[in-house]
Amino acid sequence: MLENKLVHIFASMFLKNFIEDVGRYFTLMGMVFRRPDNGKVYWEAFVRDIYALGVKSLGLVCIISIFVGAVVTIQTALNLENPIIPKYYIAIATRESIILEFSPTMISLILAGKVGSNIASTLGTMRVSEQIDALEVMGIKSASYLILPKIAATLIFNPILITLSMFLGVVGGYFAGSMTGMVSTTEFVEGLQMDYRPFYIVYALIKTVIFAFIITSVSSYYGYFVKGGAVEVGENSTKAVVASSLILILANYLITQLLLG
Amino acid sequence: MIQVTGIKKSFGDVEVLRGIDANFYEGKTNLIIGKSGSGKTVFLKCLLGLHNINAGEISFDGRPLSEMEDKQRRELRLELGMVFQGSALFDSLTVEENVSFPLKMFANMSKSEIEDRTNFCLKRVNIADANARFPAEISGGMQKRVAIARAIVMNPKYLFCDEPNSGLDPKTAMVIDELIKEITLEFNITTVINTHDMNSVMQIGDNIIFLADGKKAWEGNKEEVITTDDQEMADFVFSSELFKKIRRAARMEQGLR
Repeated sequence: MLENKLVHIFASMFLKNFIEDVGRYFTLMGMVFRRPDNGKVYWEAFVRDIYALGVKSLGLVCIISIFVGAVVTIQTALNLENPIIPKYYIAIATRESIILEFSPTMISLILAGKVGSNIASTLGTMRVSEQIDALEVMGIKSASYLILPKIAATLIFNPILITLSMFLGVVGGYFAGSMTGMVSTTEFVEGLQMDYRPFYIVYALIKTVIFAFIITSVSSYYGYFVKGGAVEVGENSTKAVVASSLILILANYLITQLLLG
Repeated sequence: MIQVTGIKKSFGDVEVLRGIDANFYEGKTNLIIGKSGSGKTVFLKCLLGLHNINAGEISFDGRPLSEMEDKQRRELRLELGMVFQGSALFDSLTVEENVSFPLKMFANMSKSEIEDRTNFCLKRVNIADANARFPAEISGGMQKRVAIARAIVMNPKYLFCDEPNSGLDPKTAMVIDELIKEITLEFNITTVINTHDMNSVMQIGDNIIFLADGKKAWEGNKEEVITTDDQEMADFVFSSELFKKIRRAARMEQGLR
């Protein structure tokens, strides 16, 4: 009896918080997508955000993509030891794994950690140090000025990062295959060209754009509404990464079902 | 002039402001003083429109805030300047970019005009050779002066300062007080300062409002602070032995007990 009551209390609390969060998130998005006060100043913020959120992630994305591409090739080769199966299947499997899932989803999850925490902590610090209040007092639409350029920057730059990741993942696989002798360069290139479906690239890029929006908007939500001090900024940064990662995984399933299912 | 009539503000069940009436005059430094938790910051944020009030009215030179449309409120905000307690300078922008930011956003000025106005304001607050430095690279006193420069860059009619002396040494605090006073007179601004620094009260208090438990408990100027018989106010202002001695001497000089 008591257990049931407790479960009921916790469930209703969770539901109340969830509905409140969703409502405030959409209210914030309404504030974000307003006409900019001054296009030139927004442009400057956009360029700064392209650098901070996009260009600064290049190194990490490149290194991870090359090595994961290599690992995928090696693992696929180890699992396809049957002499009846042609070696070029290793390249096909590597290509499909990287284009369909690794680059758009895994790299986006990594970016949710890197970019998401950056956005949430930056906005959170601005909130607790009254910089957001300062913008409001000046008559600036703070939500729009701070978040819109970030969303635009990631929507534009993340597809570039993911395209680069796809290319480098395949390159990593190519070199790993040839260096270990598991698949020759000729077979690998043959496999890459076989049964190639350009729509997979479109699918991956659609996913990337949606994920970029999720990462930036959800992290901005957690940063913009921070209350308290340094501890709360840290807590909300963690919440931002967890929430955007979970929503991203859910969205990944829905998009895949819609476009490929 | 800013006229405040009967404003109330609550957060949930907690009533922070319980019906305050006050006037803040043009060309004068108007001080809001009171103990921690007396509602000073909430009062200031209500004046700035950062908190919506539950009852009462705030009028800026006869323009009631409650009757303003969103557009008019935004236009009014261009007439406000604010110096925050922690300066609230934008970390990612240099000193010059911080000061020129409102101009770039709203003023229809050429690049050279913006540069001139920015340099004029920085010079006015005695900041030199720091244009390219970031807020983290300058001292607390300099940050406060940059914040004042940013607050006056749009030629505001109303200047608000939330504890402008907090975290500063007494000498720098005095310099900041004098600077605010000079700017108020020079540009005929209605300045409202939220403080619990008694040196500021005695130095620049043209019009002082003492808040206690969310209500106005006393009003007067720096001379009247000495002569007041209001015990609550006197206990607050003259809490240190030094100030008590100063008060006794001043009252004796005026033939008071």
